[in-house]
Amino acid sequence: MDKIKNILMVGVGGQGIITASDILSEAALLDGHDVKKSEIHGMSQRGGSVFAHIRYGKKVYSPTIKTGEADVLLSLELIETVRWLSYANEKTKVILSETKIQPQTVKEYPESVIDSLTKKFKDFYLVNPIEINKQNGSHKVLNTTLLGVLSNLLEISDKSWEKAMENLVPKGTYESNLSAFSLGKKLFS
Amino acid sequence: MTNKNLLSGNEAIARGAYEAGVKVGVGYPGTPSTEILENFTKYEDVVTEWSVNEKVAMEVGLGSALAGKRTLVTMKHVGLNVAADPLFTASYIGANAGMVVVVADDPDLHSSQNEQDSRHYARAAKVPMLEPSDSQEAKEFVRYACELSEGFDTPIFLRSVTRISHSKTVVAFEPKLNYEHDKGFEKENIKKHVMIPAFARQRHFVVEDRMKALEEFSNRIEINRIEKGKGEIAFVTAGLCYNYVKEVFPEADIFKIGMVYPLPMRNLLEFCKGYEKVYVVEELDPFIEDQLKARGANNIVGKEILPVTGEYSPELIYTAITGNKFKGMEVGIKPFARPPMLCPGCPHAQTFNAMNKLGLTVSGDIGCYTLGTLPPYSAMHACVDMGASIPFAQGIELAQGSEFKYDVVAVIGDSTFAHSGITGLINAAYNKRRILVIVLDNSTTAMTGMQPNPFNGSTITGEETVVIDYQKLAEAIGIKKDNFRTVTAYKEEIISETIQELLAKKELCLMVVTGPCLIYKRKKEKNNG
Repeated sequence: MDKIKNILMVGVGGQGIITASDILSEAALLDGHDVKKSEIHGMSQRGGSVFAHIRYGKKVYSPTIKTGEADVLLSLELIETVRWLSYANEKTKVILSETKIQPQTVKEYPESVIDSLTKKFKDFYLVNPIEINKQNGSHKVLNTTLLGVLSNLLEISDKSWEKAMENLVPKGTYESNLSAFSLGKKLFS
Repeated sequence: MTNKNLLSGNEAIARGAYEAGVKVGVGYPGTPSTEILENFTKYEDVVTEWSVNEKVAMEVGLGSALAGKRTLVTMKHVGLNVAADPLFTASYIGANAGMVVVVADDPDLHSSQNEQDSRHYARAAKVPMLEPSDSQEAKEFVRYACELSEGFDTPIFLRSVTRISHSKTVVAFEPKLNYEHDKGFEKENIKKHVMIPAFARQRHFVVEDRMKALEEFSNRIEINRIEKGKGEIAFVTAGLCYNYVKEVFPEADIFKIGMVYPLPMRNLLEFCKGYEKVYVVEELDPFIEDQLKARGANNIVGKEILPVTGEYSPELIYTAITGNKFKGMEVGIKPFARPPMLCPGCPHAQTFNAMNKLGLTVSGDIGCYTLGTLPPYSAMHACVDMGASIPFAQGIELAQGSEFKYDVVAVIGDSTFAHSGITGLINAAYNKRRILVIVLDNSTTAMTGMQPNPFNGSTITGEETVVIDYQKLAEAIGIKKDNFRTVTAYKEEIISETIQELLAKKELCLMVVTGPCLIYKRKKEKNNG
C-alpha cells in the first residue's frame, strides 16, 4: 500500500481524542505500517480545541496531514468539525458525534451545522451520543464506539485493534471498551 | 516481537538518555518539554529532580557532568533565557561526562509567551546543537550528543520543537549502554573550573579552537548528509522541516543538517554551488540562511518567500515555492473561538472576580491563572515572564511616585513564586515598596500537568520533602507580621475584604490564597484510594 492513510480526529479537551488517536496509531503500527501522529495539547486541558493527525502507510514523512487530504475526519463535537474542514475534501468520510459543547462566553451555538455538512459529504456517519451512551451504559467510551465505526472504513485487522486497546485503555476498562468498539462496528452495517 | 514502538519526541529523548547511560536528569517544567523528565524519571537507576528554575537546573547539571555522570538538562525555550547565565560560562568550563541540554521551542506559541528561536543561543554561547527530525533521531541524537560532549569537552544542545516533542513516530529500542566514565570531579583543575578572569581568558581560546574543530568535524559526520534526488530542485533543511520537504518534494536533492551549530559550512557551500537556486527551509529565524549568505552563498532563497512567524507545514512550503495552493472544504459557518479557560470550578476564579470588581491594576504572571486576563474575569493587565509580576508592579509604583494610588497588585502562582518570584519580593521589601502581592497557591504546577514544587511537599519521585512556610518567609525578608494574610480561595467576600484591608495599609503586603487545583485533587484522591 503506497498511499498514505490520513485520519484527522478533532474535539474538545477531555473528550478522549488523545486516547482514541493513540489506539488507532498503535493498531496501525501492530499491522506493520509506518505511523506518525501529531497532536497539540498543553492549553487544551482548559477547554480548548484538541486535534490529532494520524498518518500511516509504507513510509510516512510529515506528521501532519495536508490541507484537503484527510481520508477520514472523526469528530466528537459539532463545531470542531467545521473548524477543521479545510483538511477535508468531498470524498472525505466524516464520522461525527452529535455533541455540542458551548463555552460560557458563547451566547448562541450556530444552527444547522449538520445540514450543511450532510450536503457536502456523501460518506457521512452521524452518531447520537445520548443513544450510544445509553447502550454502552457509560459516557466514558463514546470515543471507542466511534473507533468501531472508523474500523469499518480502514483495513486494520481486528486483532490489532483489540491488542491496541488492551495496551492503552485504563486498567480494568478493556471489556467495556471492547464492547463499545463492537457496538460501533455494527452501527452502520 | 518486532522492535517498533510509537514514542513522542519527548518520550524518545528520555529513552535515548536511558540507553546512553545518562544517570542524572534535571529541569524545570515547561510546555513542550515537560514530558522528557517525567518519562526519564521512570527508568531504573537514574537520579532526577525538578529544580526550582532553569538556571538552577543548568547549574546542578553542570556540577553533575563535571563530577563524571552523563547528565540531561531539560527546559522550554524561554527557560533557556533564565539559564543563559550559567550556560555561557559552562561553555568555557566544558563538560567532563556528557552534558546534554534539551531545549524545546514552541513555534506558533501553542503554550508560550513568545516565539524565540533558541538556535541563536548555540551560536552566542558557542555550544554545539543537534536537531532531530523525528522520534527515532531524537533518541539516537541523545547518545550521539553525549559522545560529542565528551569528545569535545563541551555542553551540547539538543533542540526540539512542539511538533517533534508532541508527535509520535516509530522508534527501535536498543539496550542500555553500560557506561562508566573514568573521571570524577577534578578538584585540582581550578584553571578549568574556576572562571576568574585570568583563567577564563585562557579558556576562551580553548572554546574558539573547539568551535573551529567542531565545524571541521561537522563536515564529516553522517547526521549532516546529502540525499540525492532527481536534481531538479535543491533544499537545505533540518529538523522537522526535513520531513515537510520530503513530503511535498520527495524527489528533491536535500542537504539534511543534523548538527545545526556549527554548520558544516564547507560541504554546504559546495552543495549550493551545484545549483542555480537552493531553498533553505527552517522555521522561525533565518539562522542557517544568514550564515550561508554571510559566507558568500548568493543563490539562497529562504525568508523572502517563507515566513519568520508561526509553524510551517508541507503545504505552506509547497505553495511558497510553486504558487499552487491546496484546497480544503468549507461550509460557510464561522466557528466560534474556543479560548482556553480556567477549569469550571477552579477555586482561584474567586480572586479574579474580586479583583475585577475592585477595579485594581493587576500585574500577572505565568501559569493557568494567566487565563484570568480573558472574560469573564478580565482581571490581569500585564504578563511578561516567570516571576515578573512582583517587580513589574514595583516599576509602576516607582513611575507613579506621589501619584501612586495603592491599587496595584501582583498575582503569582506557587510554582512561579518559587521559580523566581521570591527574588522580586525581596527586592520589594528591601526597597520599601508598597504594593500588595497575592500568591494563588493551588498546591501544584498545574498548567504543565501537575508537577510538584517547593510549596507542595513532594519531589519528582513523589518522595516527601520540606515545604516553604509563607509566613516565615515573609517575616524573614522584612514584611511586617500584620501585613501577611492567608485566606482560602472559596469565599469571594473574604478575599475582597482582605485585599482592601491590606491595600489600606499602604505598605508591602503578602496575601496567600489557598485552594488546591481540582484536577490535582482528583488525581491525588485516585492515587490514595
